[in-house]
Amino acid sequence: MPELLEIKGLDARYGDFQALYGVDMTVSAGEVVAVIGANGAGKTTLMRSISGLIRNGADMVRYRGNAIGALRADQVAAQGVALVPEGRLLFQSLSVEENLIIGGQMGRKGPWNLRRLYDLFPILEERRNVPATALSGGQQQMVAIGRALMSNPDLLMMDEISLGLAPVIIRQIYEALPGIVGEGLTAIVVEQDIAKALSVSSRVICLQEGRVSLSGKSGDVTRDAISRAYFGV
Amino acid sequence: MDWLNAILQGTLLGGLYAMFAAGLSLIFGVMRLVNIAHGDLIVLSAYLALTVAVGLGLNPMLALVIVVPLMAAIGYALQRLVLNRTMGDDILPPLLVTFGLSVIIQNALLTVYTADPQKLNAGAIETASVPLGPLTVGIMPVIVFAAAVGVIGLLQWMFYHTALGRAFRATSDRQDIAQLMGLNRAHVFGLAMAICLAVTALAGVFLGMRTSFDPAVGGTRLIFGFEAVIIGGLGNLWGTLAGGVILGVAQTVGAKIHPGFQILAGHIVFLLILAVRPRGLFPRMD
Amino acid sequence: MQTVSRSTPLSRAAMTVLLLIVVLMAAAPYWAGRAELRLLGEVFLYLSLATLWNLLAGYAGLVSVGQQAFVGLGGYGFFAATMLWGLSPLAALPIVFVLGAVISAPVAVLIFRLRGAYFAIGTWVVAEVFRLSFAQVAALGGGSGSSLPSAIVKQLAEGRDQREAVAYWLALGVAVAVVGAVFLLLRSRQGVALTAIRDNELAAKSLGIDIWRTKFTVYVATAALTSLVGALIFLQKLRISPDAAFSANDWTAFVIFIVVIGGIGTVEGPIIGTLVFFALRETLADLGTTYLIALGAVAIIIMLRAPKGLWGLVRGKRGLELFPLSRRVMGQGD
Repeated sequence: MPELLEIKGLDARYGDFQALYGVDMTVSAGEVVAVIGANGAGKTTLMRSISGLIRNGADMVRYRGNAIGALRADQVAAQGVALVPEGRLLFQSLSVEENLIIGGQMGRKGPWNLRRLYDLFPILEERRNVPATALSGGQQQMVAIGRALMSNPDLLMMDEISLGLAPVIIRQIYEALPGIVGEGLTAIVVEQDIAKALSVSSRVICLQEGRVSLSGKSGDVTRDAISRAYFGV
Repeated sequence: MDWLNAILQGTLLGGLYAMFAAGLSLIFGVMRLVNIAHGDLIVLSAYLALTVAVGLGLNPMLALVIVVPLMAAIGYALQRLVLNRTMGDDILPPLLVTFGLSVIIQNALLTVYTADPQKLNAGAIETASVPLGPLTVGIMPVIVFAAAVGVIGLLQWMFYHTALGRAFRATSDRQDIAQLMGLNRAHVFGLAMAICLAVTALAGVFLGMRTSFDPAVGGTRLIFGFEAVIIGGLGNLWGTLAGGVILGVAQTVGAKIHPGFQILAGHIVFLLILAVRPRGLFPRMD
Repeated sequence: MQTVSRSTPLSRAAMTVLLLIVVLMAAAPYWAGRAELRLLGEVFLYLSLATLWNLLAGYAGLVSVGQQAFVGLGGYGFFAATMLWGLSPLAALPIVFVLGAVISAPVAVLIFRLRGAYFAIGTWVVAEVFRLSFAQVAALGGGSGSSLPSAIVKQLAEGRDQREAVAYWLALGVAVAVVGAVFLLLRSRQGVALTAIRDNELAAKSLGIDIWRTKFTVYVATAALTSLVGALIFLQKLRISPDAAFSANDWTAFVIFIVVIGGIGTVEGPIIGTLVFFALRETLADLGTTYLIALGAVAIIIMLRAPKGLWGLVRGKRGLELFPLSRRVMGQGD
């Protein structure tokens, strides 16, 4: 039985600039893995590489044993990988509801539909017909998460979902997380807030200047080890 | 009364121009592509209808049943095989490639059909007319105008109320994120061009029934469509219809003043509107 | 010690060869037959048009498909100046140049409101307006056009051979002037600004470059020179009509193909493109429409496969330059 996601020797470029060097990482079905690291460490590049927005060597990324590293983003999405991108990036010409519907347009079967999403984030139902970009930052983040869930993914990746949001909103969103991850969903969470990252994850990976500098169980890693891995001191 | 008649005829003519423009407007909205060969594709449709109508002995209206899907298929293939390779931040490749395409289509039509003017013969309906108060209106121009209103209404509905329209708008907003939703950009663009050329086919057949055409008239049709888009305001389909009507009226009124003044009057009105309202009369898109 | 240098041994050799070719070409009326002289004159006029369009589209990012507006304006301006205002042909040429600049300035103000590809179609509308307007001018023959009266032609020189030689030298002169002017412009501060805009408009703006003014200057200068070339084209033809003067095929399609095939955004590209274009035309022109279809197809393939054109392929990664534009930092060892 292969791991759900297996990354081996991933070198990724962002334009002319190499952002990842030989990254190795595995994610087993049902776990929540946190990816931490300073700004520019390569976290977003890693997310974009897994989701197919950056295309690499086919064998560098394997999903359920299939080489997906060279696939286009829509092909990766069709296999059940969803990304909540950094900065939310909602479709501004679409209403809240349309943003959610388009997330589910591949028609993958699963527990998530509009009804359940509205139960999870009732405010979105109230504002379903307004343009998505007319919402507050926290509500937009709910739409971005909802849009990813609507595709009924097996692997959900969330890139800096608390960036720029008020602490109250962040707490709300993270309180919803267990309910989301509970049903057999596997998740990768990219987070600047290390305490938050450790509390929601079972394993943690730290990136530093494009390389994996630490990898271990979230409960086991010490503060010291993290700060060494984080800052390289 | 003559002036009123000129305005009425111009309004009806504007429907045809709006159809030239609707396809341009659609592909610009979805993928920011301006197709220099658009006018030549309109003329190509007219010639295909001619071949189908003469070959099968059909009325050109019935030839639409073949020409519209055929042009849609050509559009999809053209986008997937050629134009998608030119899409990016640089405007030069799409411009120059569609420019080359324009020259190819024009000369291919010359080779196959010669430079002799042709016309699609729709039969008695061409000359039929009904009285409207003190004026008379031709049935054919009314059909064309009604078709234009229908096409624009349909495109509007498709754009704002269907899954395909949602995909178009999402891709237009953020190509990469739309890809994350499982939308293959290359396919979405192909569909946009297919719909564009389906509308183009309709426009071409109506053009061929209203006036005679030859392989060289495509450029002017592109310009008329483009003027209607800019007058109406980018990204607004109903505005495009208004733009077409304004252009049509300017031309018929211009012709009334002096026969040599017809086309020139349209261009001058366009340039005036560009000078006074550079974003068009009803802009929606930046 | 380090110095910044632009020339390389290759570019110095190229400049020497170029100089020799210009001298040889200047002597052409003494060694070439009448037909060859005509052809060479046409080559130089196309070379000028291509170089100017390349400056516009390849450097200033102003992709115009309506440069026939200024070719025709120059031709008609030349005919009007000589036939209606009684100027001698040589005196008419500077007038045409000024006319091109004066007319193009308000045109630029208007069509610069259109962005990118829509700008391109806007230039086409302007060309159509010019064509339709000149077709209304009865004094210049209206829609059917007019011929240059022989009394005016004779002012150029007495005999036919001398006249053709003078027309040829004017064509050669304008080509040398245009290529030289574009080369010097690109070497100047203005040229650096232009390249900066092409490479990154936002960054150029933050460096304090006035983008609108830079583009406006290039557009007007190009229009003035294109008008001058137009005057010479119709001095060679001796006959003008709206359709010939404002032909999108002759003055824009061919010119664009020349630049794309040769290599857009390089000084060498239009020169190579012109040579290829005439070589093809002289061997394949009998094919008529097939020739044009092939030309369009070649241009598309080049745009898709080798967007830097033939010169880009030759130049490769080594950055060969016949016209020294890049600055190179030379170390002591060099």
